[in-house]
This record gives sequence, C-alpha cells and structure tokens, in this order.
Amino acid sequence: MTGKKLYRIEVVNRKQAFYCAEDQVLLTGMERQNISCIDVGCRGGGCGVCKVRIIKGEYETKRMSRTHISTTEEEKCFALACQVLPRSDLLIESDQYIALQTSPYQQPKADKTINVKNELRIRI
Amino acid sequence: MRKGVMRPGHIQIRVLDMKEALDHYRDLLGLIEVETDSQGRVYLKGWTEVDKFSVVLRVADEPGMDFVGYKVLNNETLEQLNQELIDFGCKVEEIPAGELNGCGRRIRFDSPTGHMFEIYAEKEQTGKWGIAEVNPEAWPRDLTGMKVTRFDHCLLYGPNIAGTLELFQTVLGFDLAEQTLDENGFRIAQFLTVSQKAHDVAFIEHPEPGKFHHASFLLDTWEDVLRAADLISMEDVSLDIGPTRHGLTHGKTIYFFDKSGNRTEVFCGGDYHYPDHPPVTWSADQLGKAIFYHDRVLNERFLTVLT
Repeated sequence: MTGKKLYRIEVVNRKQAFYCAEDQVLLTGMERQNISCIDVGCRGGGCGVCKVRIIKGEYETKRMSRTHISTTEEEKCFALACQVLPRSDLLIESDQYIALQTSPYQQPKADKTINVKNELRIRI
Repeated sequence: MRKGVMRPGHIQIRVLDMKEALDHYRDLLGLIEVETDSQGRVYLKGWTEVDKFSVVLRVADEPGMDFVGYKVLNNETLEQLNQELIDFGCKVEEIPAGELNGCGRRIRFDSPTGHMFEIYAEKEQTGKWGIAEVNPEAWPRDLTGMKVTRFDHCLLYGPNIAGTLELFQTVLGFDLAEQTLDENGFRIAQFLTVSQKAHDVAFIEHPEPGKFHHASFLLDTWEDVLRAADLISMEDVSLDIGPTRHGLTHGKTIYFFDKSGNRTEVFCGGDYHYPDHPPVTWSADQLGKAIFYHDRVLNERFLTVLT
C-alpha cells in the first residue's frame, strides 16, 4: 500500500465503512477487508448486482453494462461498485439493484430486505 | 426423434472490451484465436474442434449472448426445419452465407424464453488445431491457459421454458435428458440433448427473457478442472463457485466470469443419454444438491447473476 492513497467509503444504508485504495474498485476494496455491505455479482460490470448510488465524493468509473446503468442514471450518480475508482472519501448507498421479478423457485429474502427494496423502487 | 440437428456449432457473446475479452477467452481459457472480421468481431475455437470457429466475440455496451447456432446434416434438412420453425410460430430470419466468415446460410429464430438461435448446414472445416489430419498426435504442444478442448453447451434463463422445450423437441429433435421438477410437477430446469451428452443446451425458468447464464467449455479430467482453478487464483479472476460437482448431469465443474460479467464454465465428465432413456429427475426440494452436489446449498449468485 506504500504511496497509494486510501479513501474511506461509507455505506450509509448498511451503516458500515471500509477503506479503498485509489487504484482499487470499491467492490474489491470491500471484499479484501472481508466486509459485506454491497452485494457481489460478476465483478465485471455486467450483471448489475452491485449497483450503488454515490451521494457525496469524487470518483471515476470504468465501462458498465447499459442494461443496468443508463446514461441518465450515470448522470444521477448511479454506478456499479465493481467499476468505481474512488478519488476522494465517498458516501454511498448500496442495494440499488432490483431484479425485475423474483424467480418462482428462489427463496424470498427476509421481509426486511424486501421492504427496503420496495421503498427504493418507489423512490427511483 | 432426431430431426437432423447434429450438434452445437457456435455462440456469439457480447463483451464490453475486446482486449479484456481476449485475455479471458484466448489467454485464460486457451481458445485458439482464428481471425477478426470486417465488423471487428473476433472468432475463436477449441483446439479439438474441426470447424473453423465456435466462439464469436462482439463488442457492445450490454454484455450477454446474441445467439447460439446448431449445425444440421445438410441443406435439405435446413429447408425442412426452416418451414417447420415458421409453422411452429417462430419469427424466422435468413442470414446470408458469409455474414459470419466461413459459415453458410443461417436460419435464425426466436424462442419462448426470448433467446435467439440459429441452424446452418455448412461451415468451413479447418481441422483440429495444431495436429496433423493424418496420424494425429495426442495434443498440440503450444496450448495456453486452461487448454479447453471445445465449446460444449450453454445455460440460458428465461420465462416459459416449457414452450422452448416443445420447440426444441418437436421441431429440432432434441431429447429431454435431465430435469428439475417442483412439488407441483412444474419444470424449473431442463437439460436438452441432441447427442449422447447430458446437455447440448439447458434452460432454467426465470422471469426476464433472453438472459445468459453461462457458456461451457470441455476439459478432459478433474485434474484439468483443478488446474483451471489454480489459474483463476493466479490471475485473480472473478470466481463464482467451484471446483465442485453438479448433481444434475454429475459433471465436475468450476464457474467464473469474464471481464464483462459473462459467466464461463469449464467442466469434465458427467452423465450420458440415449434416445430411449427417460429423463433423469431431481426434485426442487433437493435443488441445492442438484446444482452443487458437495455443498448441497445454492449460492444466490448462481441463480441471480446473469447477463
């Protein structure tokens, strides 16, 4: 880590924080510290599972699937955490990925999670 | 009943960045890079494949699968199946010869699960890569990465897999080799074959149409699967799950992602199927074991992470 800047990433909806180096994407920073406050999917910008909203701070993004981040969403600071490089401390909100419908054979998530996602669905 | 469809022939995969995709499909998997066409698509193949290519990569801003193609016996079969696809109600499109370099006329059609498929009768055959046609040695010396031998099958997610089963059984002559049924007898997973393999294509019931779960490439041995796992760690590649064994098909497997989030499987072994065999059935209450035979627990990522 010598010489690399470390930024503090606060995930407000999960009330957790982790540190991420300037050359690391947020999801890698989180996984390397064994913290779990952003859902992990493909880690390649394709599946949308790690979708977050950046509330405050400077960042850069690598390419992301337009299926999950439209141009409008990109302007509104939505991004996939596996493609975000921090350029300052960040305040972010995770759990922004909403599957279109739940598959019939999947176990429903705990009620609490569903409620949170429904609130988000309304707000978006 | 067989209808003249022989085998999987090619898959076109959308990637976000071609250089990163080649790091994955060529250097890590060990597919042979064949050529780049005028549209910038890159063609690859497994070294044992006789055809000119089996994997086509296309740069796009949404990863996933464009289509998968199956080779049929001859042009008469192609004509016959073209009409049967129209009669079945598919939206059918003819793609002229040469649209894919070295490939003859293709018949492209949609499906109830929202995926695009193709059949074709002719493709240039360049022979197995790196070994002589006559008196062939066991394997070429200069393979890289995992040294995958061929594109084997893909798993697709979408709604109404029963409709796609009917299409593949009645029009294309595939057999249902393995399946998962829920307590009401509703089929949630189906593995279809047009050969003796446990699957030439598989489907899982899912509300979003046209989703791509993985493309799968064949290895010879369990040792090769473990070696693939070593390479995944050495290269810090995004791992999904494995090495492990499936209950369904009993294949030995590992899953990981390309740099655009498309899932890849390399696997070896598994069940065989003859046309007179009844389907192998797993019940949905054993879905964990059906998918991951050792853990016996599903990871949510396997069900929900798709491109």
